[in-house]
Formats: sequence, structure tokens, C-alpha cells
Amino acid sequence: MTKDQKKKKKSEPTTATLIDITQKKFRWSDYIAEKVIKGVAFLSITIIVLIFIFVFRESLPIFASQKASIQAKAIDSTAEVQETYGEVTDQPAVEETQETYGEVKDTASQSSTDKESYNVSAGSGFDDNQSALKTILTKDWVPVSEKPRYGILSLIIGTFKITIISLLFAAPLAILAALYTASFASKRMKEIIKPTIELLAGFPSVVIGFFALMVLATFLQNVFHYDTRLNSFVGGIAMGIAAIPIIFTITEDALTAVPKSFYEASLALGASKWQTAFFVILPAATPGIFAAVLLGIGRVFGETMIALMATGNAAQMGLNPFESVRTLAATIGAEMAEVVFGDTHYNVLFLIGSLLFIFTFVINAIAEFYVKGKLMKKIQGK
Amino acid sequence: MIKSFKNNIKGILIEGLTLSSAVVIIAIVVVMITVIVVGGKDQISWEFLTSFPKDGMTKGGIFPAIYGTALLVIIMSVAAVPFGTITAIYLTEYAKENSLIAKTIRFAVRTLAVIPSIIYGLFGLGFFIKFVGTQMDNTFLGGQLKWGQPNILWASLTMALLTLPVVIVSVEEALKTVPQDLRAASLALGATKWQTIWKVVIPGSISGIMTGTILAVSRGAGEVAPILFTGVAYYVATLPASFSDQFMVLGYHIYVMSTQSANVDQTMPIQFGTTLVLLALTFILNISAIILRYRIRQKKSN
Repeated sequence: MTKDQKKKKKSEPTTATLIDITQKKFRWSDYIAEKVIKGVAFLSITIIVLIFIFVFRESLPIFASQKASIQAKAIDSTAEVQETYGEVTDQPAVEETQETYGEVKDTASQSSTDKESYNVSAGSGFDDNQSALKTILTKDWVPVSEKPRYGILSLIIGTFKITIISLLFAAPLAILAALYTASFASKRMKEIIKPTIELLAGFPSVVIGFFALMVLATFLQNVFHYDTRLNSFVGGIAMGIAAIPIIFTITEDALTAVPKSFYEASLALGASKWQTAFFVILPAATPGIFAAVLLGIGRVFGETMIALMATGNAAQMGLNPFESVRTLAATIGAEMAEVVFGDTHYNVLFLIGSLLFIFTFVINAIAEFYVKGKLMKKIQGK
Repeated sequence: MIKSFKNNIKGILIEGLTLSSAVVIIAIVVVMITVIVVGGKDQISWEFLTSFPKDGMTKGGIFPAIYGTALLVIIMSVAAVPFGTITAIYLTEYAKENSLIAKTIRFAVRTLAVIPSIIYGLFGLGFFIKFVGTQMDNTFLGGQLKWGQPNILWASLTMALLTLPVVIVSVEEALKTVPQDLRAASLALGATKWQTIWKVVIPGSISGIMTGTILAVSRGAGEVAPILFTGVAYYVATLPASFSDQFMVLGYHIYVMSTQSANVDQTMPIQFGTTLVLLALTFILNISAIILRYRIRQKKSN
């Protein structure tokens, strides 16, 4: 990767000057081609923006109705408790924008008297939308019932549990294997390991999920003797298998990007091959390995099919790895098909989607900029 | 002497540790392949591949799933490959390496590659079906429901977004292997920049574009999450005949049969058979992509 970029940099000036010479004559075909190509290239940026807008847009009604319901309560409470608010609430009755309502809400929620009436009305009026946001930070995920509760805490904890298990399994394996490939392996071994990893990367996640469901779950149960056949442990191992290629590939790239002079200098100072690998190459590639692990987290976090098939899908809070869990992504995958369009449940699922999107976006951004910033500096020897 | 001996032992241990990690990974891959091949090989027959499911999906073949998968990846490639190739051309031929635009596009491409596939599914539902589809229905069909529901077109386009980064990355790598001399020679002969790209650069990187397409197809054939609610169906009695039909897919077939079928044990052979077919399909595609890419890299180093 970096080699390519270096090559590119070297060759850039020559083409640039050549282009200047030929482009003296203005040609429509070239002009249009360039504009079209440029326009299409912006597509990927547009898609990101659109994904964010549309996934987030479908989850907005929750906040809107929440706002409205709190406003209603705020008006109620202000009418009861304090007269000063009364002046404000009179005006909206004529016609006033929602923003002023929002302000009322803010000031109202700060006063302690208001909180009481808030709680009272929470018990009495159980509008579906209004209850949604209120239950979202609880642990009960019961979306289909008389009194639906959308507590995503258990889902978040389940997702993190699985992520940790799969990383504990995949990260050491993948990093050590990458170190072997980069530092010790003969050319022949490399030719076995690398294509195998590429094949593993090509495994459809539904196939890994199927393997976990049919074979791995039974095998692990026979070894560890736990009760629930499908649990976060099985799911975590299966997702770890899916994350190995990502962690391996990026780690290996980072290890081979360490300049040869590091290696030679270390050997010249009398260090052995393994000392060089462990105490020189590995530390020098730390930012890259960190990025690899982060991207592995991103992969596991959003994995849907394996989670649907191998984790048992029961929303539980416990920290026992041999319990069934339900992840955020699996919840979307399992429930979206059965939900009524525009329903609160539908909106909450999109809210979960927005959370997933933001999380992976941030993780990718950290991986990208951390590596670009730190690794580059390190290699350039600053 | 003793110290170096100790060091030697340590070295052997550490090298052995790293080696065993590599071996474990290879073993996992081998075990998975073996289990699926052994479990599914008896099921594979001409009839299994070419007939419809029978008796409430407990018997019969998987032809509609194979057909649906093929159709999905074809429509997807038609959408993803041109756009991906053009983006790659912009990045290598037009954009300056360190310009803000190029950096932003590269970041966007890498972000697209790591967004969870289920998010694409949500986007397909929110954008293609609920927004574009409903608008189309309202303007052309007077509100009659045709495009505002899951179908193969929306599923394929959703999948195209998912595979776009795969195409871009492979094509970009291939474009970089076209020697600068060729470009310079073409420009020196009086060709314009666009002519150079069209007549010299693209033909020179056609194998890279093929690699990208193959990898995208292999990815698209295996993914299930993006199409869960944008067009896939558990069972349809007829093959999809138009863009607005629902369809069956191998991956979804495996998922449904193994988790939601009434009698999981009875259909076990079908599940293994379907998994084997999907795995074989992605393997053939991946191996040919690996070979193609290996050749490109050889060409580059020469």
C-alpha cells in the first residue's frame, strides 16, 4: 500500500507536466468525460450521507412524539404549579412554532416540581410513542406486548459481550499468525497461509453461522458441558472466525510496512530473529495492529447472520458467557420483517440502526486517522 | 553460552507459538470445509440443482434459490461495476494523490466497506422502498402499490452499494499497474487524456476490473443481511419474471431452513447441500479472483 503510494508520488510530476502540454487545446469530449467521472466519484460520499440521512430519518418519529408528549406534560404541569409558565403556554394555543415548546420543556424539566408530575403522567397515560423513549434506557426488550418496552441496554450489553469474546479468541490468533507470516514463514508457508486467509475472508457469514449452529455448538457443548446450546460463547467464537481475516490482513500489512532498516539494524546489533520480530517489528507496527483490532470490532459489532443463527437470541443482561444473548444487529434482522411500517417498533429498530452506523463510522474514523497519523510518523522516524 | 541457549529455547517457543496460531487458523478453515463437504456431498445431484422445493420445503431441489442468486448478482454487477470502475479511474487518473477530494472519497470508500451489512438493508428499506419506490408508485401508478415493496431490483441495488467498495479497491489496484510510460506514450502521440484512459488504461487493466467483478459477485452471492427486508422471500412458487418480483436466494434459504423450518432434522441434508452449493460457488469465484490478482501482481513486479 505505502509502496504504491510512494511510487505514485514519484511518477506524479511527470504525468502532470505532460497533461499540461496536451490540454492546451480545449476539447468538449474530454471536458464532459472529466466532469462525468468526477460526478460519479462523488457517489460514494453521497451514499454515506444518504445512508446516514435515511436511516436516521426513519428513527426520528420517536424523538418527535417524545417531544410532543413532554410538551403536553410541560404545559399541564406549568398550569398546575407555576403561573409564570402559564404566559408562555398561552401563546402556543394561538399559533406558535415547536421551538418555543422545546424551550418550555427545557426550563420545565429543570425544575424539580415538574419531575414529579412527569412521573405521575408516565404512570397514567401510556401512549405508545411516548413510552418508547422512556423505556429505551431500561433493560427490558419486549417490543410486542400490551405495554411494549424498548429497553436496548440488554441488547447493547449482549453485543459488547459477544464482541469481547470474539476478540479474545480472534485477535491473539490472527496477530500471532500475522507475525509468523511476516517474520518467520518461509516463502512456501506464506503461499499456504495467505490464500487460506483469503478463502476464509470469502466465507459467507451465513455459512459460518450454519457451521456454528450445526457443528460448533454441539462440539463446544460436549467439551464445556453448559446448559444452553446456543449462547454468546458459541456466537463469539463463530464471529471471531469471521473477524480473523480482517485482523490478520491489516496486521500483516502493518508488519510488512515496517522498514527493512529496522530489521537489519536489530540483527546487526546482535538480536536474534525472534527478538527482532517481538521487540522491534511488533512494537513498530502497534498502531496498525490497533487499527486491525478496531476494524475487527466493527466487523463483529455489525455481524447479523451469525448472531441470528448462533447466539440463541434471548435478551439477557447477565455476564455469564454461556447464556443466550441478543445483539443489536440481530434484533434488527429478526424483527424488521415482521414489523408494521411507521410503527414505534419500526422506528426504534431504525434508531438501533443509527447507533450501529455511528459506532462503526467512529471506529473506522479512529482506525483510519490513528494509523495515518501515528504509523506514518513512526516509519518516517520522528 | 547458557544465556544464548536460553534465548534459543525462548526463540523456538515463540516461533512455535506464532506457527501454531497460523496452523489453528488453517485447521479451522479445513475443518469447516470438510464438515460441509462431507455433510452435503450426498445431497448434490442434477435433480437437486434443477428442481423446485417440494412437500413444504422438506424435499426437492433448490433451483429457484440458485436462479435468484444468479439474477441478484447480475443486476448488482450491472449497477456496481461501472460506477466502481469510474470512481477508481477518478482516483488514479484525475484526482491528485493528496488532494482533499481524493482523501475524502477514499475515506468514504473505506467507510462503505466497514458499514455493517444490516445497515445497508435498513437503507434499502428506507431509501429505495419507502422513498424512491413509494414516489414512483405515486407519480406513475397513482398510488397503486408496485415499487413501494420489497423486490429484486431494490435488493440488487442495495447489494450493489455494499459491493461498490470491493470493485473500487480492486480496479484501483489494477489501474496502478498500468505503466506510466504507456500513458506518456499515448499522450505524446497526441491522444487526449480521455482517449488515453479509454484506449490505453482501461484495456490494460481489464483483468483488474474482472477481479473486482468476481470478488463483488462472490460477496453479493453470500450476503444475506442486506436483502432480508428488501426483496428476498422464504418461498416463491414461480421464478422472478420482472424487477418487481420477490425472489429466493441460497444464503437466505440456508438461514430459514436451519432456524425457522418446522422440522430442522428432517431437512438437514437439504441444508448441508445448499450450504455446500453456496460455499462451492463462492470458492470458485474467490479462487479465480486470487489467481487473477496474483497474475496482476506478477505483471506489476516485472
